[in-house]
Amino acid sequence: MPNRDVAKEGAAGKAAPVEVREAAGSSAAESPATGPIDGMQPGNGWSLLASELSVLFRRRRTWAMLLALAAVPVLMAVAVRASSSVPPGRGPAFLDRITQNGLFVGVTALLVCVPLFLPLTVGVVAGDTIAGEAGLGTLRYLLVAPAGRVRLLLVKYAGAAVFCIVGPLVVALAGAGIGSALFPVGPVTLLSGDVIAPGEALVRLVLVAAYLTVSLLGLSAVGMFLSTLTDVPVGAMAATIVASVVSQVLGELPQLEWLHPWLFTHYWFGFADLLRQPVAWDSFGSNALLQAGYIAVFGALAYGRFVTKDILS
Amino acid sequence: MTAAGRGAELAIETHGLSKRFGHQLAVDGVNLSVPSGSVFGFLGPNGSGKTTTIRMMLGLAGATAGSVSVLGLEMPDRFHEVLPRVGALVEGPAFYPFLSGEANLRRLDAADPHASSSTRRARVGTALERVGLTHAAGKKVRAYSLGMKQRLGIANALLSPRELLVLDEPTNGLDPQGTREVRSLVRSLAADGATVFVSSHLLAEVEQICTHAAVMSAGRLVAQGTLAELRDAGKARIRLVTPDAGLAEGVFARLGMTPAGGLNNGTLVYSASGGETNGPVRDDVAPEAVVAAMVAAGVRVRGFAVEQGSLEDRFVALTGEGFDIAQ
Repeated sequence: MPNRDVAKEGAAGKAAPVEVREAAGSSAAESPATGPIDGMQPGNGWSLLASELSVLFRRRRTWAMLLALAAVPVLMAVAVRASSSVPPGRGPAFLDRITQNGLFVGVTALLVCVPLFLPLTVGVVAGDTIAGEAGLGTLRYLLVAPAGRVRLLLVKYAGAAVFCIVGPLVVALAGAGIGSALFPVGPVTLLSGDVIAPGEALVRLVLVAAYLTVSLLGLSAVGMFLSTLTDVPVGAMAATIVASVVSQVLGELPQLEWLHPWLFTHYWFGFADLLRQPVAWDSFGSNALLQAGYIAVFGALAYGRFVTKDILS
Repeated sequence: MTAAGRGAELAIETHGLSKRFGHQLAVDGVNLSVPSGSVFGFLGPNGSGKTTTIRMMLGLAGATAGSVSVLGLEMPDRFHEVLPRVGALVEGPAFYPFLSGEANLRRLDAADPHASSSTRRARVGTALERVGLTHAAGKKVRAYSLGMKQRLGIANALLSPRELLVLDEPTNGLDPQGTREVRSLVRSLAADGATVFVSSHLLAEVEQICTHAAVMSAGRLVAQGTLAELRDAGKARIRLVTPDAGLAEGVFARLGMTPAGGLNNGTLVYSASGGETNGPVRDDVAPEAVVAAMVAAGVRVRGFAVEQGSLEDRFVALTGEGFDIAQ
């Protein structure tokens, strides 16, 4: 449908709408039944994703959350450095190892962030996906553009997923950075007793961050579904964070043993397997499968809700 | 949707369009016909169902019953073909306050899969220029005044060349200068061949720019047609107060005046004190000639008035007086 392209070029000029008419007329003559793909230029479908990421990472709120996450390892390292010694076996796991090897700051900080800080930030991003747009009123303009409801949902989820990648990575890298600045860096002793070089240790650290990314994808799907239920973003954010807390609390109750494998938080702390030699991928695989299930179920619920929703905001 | 058939076709057509929210019927069996190339005024008091109708046209809300077709295609099923050809301002502008005006437009343009990314910058610049916002393009929308946001909303509707523009209260929040600019913008869009659908509760605005209009009241469409037709139905009429109604009707008939048809007229009201009759004014019969003819025929004229009808009278007659929001 080359005529549409002509019309697009014409848009830059003043006399644009005249050209529309011609373009619409002649294009209709050539292909009376225009399909959804017609007139779409290659690569254009990605514009919305690029735009979504740019909006997400141009927000001061996103940067504030990432800075807060980065502050966790920094505070921890500075506190350990300032104090004379850490008694072994107290505080978060690995904390006593920090002084011997700075790279442990990253792992320790990730461990500290798993139960609350990471779900908190992901809850804010995922809960904001649809409800945030609805709250601003921009949802109706995106849909009239037309973004397409399914496409918008996919792009929104992709945006949240990118945040799930960035969040743990920021903690891990900030930890490795401050750790190597304040403490010696050397070969790392793994949980299995094997010793690996600092370079490989860094790879393991990134692997742990990737594990947490996967862990948070299920929560993101839950958050996006909750976000389609309301026009008040704060409500969806709070509900998402509450969901993660409730899931963790249920995971602590021995009476609900049968339920535990189905909770999306079940494998959240299972990344220790990645710190063995050779790497045990079992928990990574089980975690990925569980999270995929949550994505499927809550993605379908979000789809069912959003596609038929009346946009009245 | 061919070029040849455009003139005769309808840009927007609804059949029995209804929307129910709980127990309340917000839109009730609306049959709207918006001719291609018209500037169509969509009138109605607040809460009469105008915005809900527009939401259904644009596929934002589903209809409880009835159908909508826009540019000859069923909505919302074929939104991906229809909406790229439609520019819209729905229930006021809405933007990301933390982005600049320009960044906001780029964001909304990116949402349209048909919009070319290579011309995006140029098209955004042109749209901003058309609404006079070029100087504020880099400013965060948070710092915009209501009028500037409104202009930005109109710019968003003009990002791509459009065949149909749906503008919901486009002059809301604008100063008189801005209102004039919007009016001339609408005229220039129409002159370029686009159909413009303007919803408003400002009658003067509609009278100045529209060729056609429709009036909503309490969810129902109570009138639609060309502006001339709508004015005609409410044109100047004579109000005569007399106890000799029968005699007066005879005189009116002899003068070639028929009782006005339609709402709120054409009826003789008799009371103890006398009758009251009214009829449309014929341009070739002077009002004083009517009185003279009445007196000559022995009609006791107790009151005589020529009432000039206007769109406003018609509007009030159709939608009721006062501030009561229609339920």
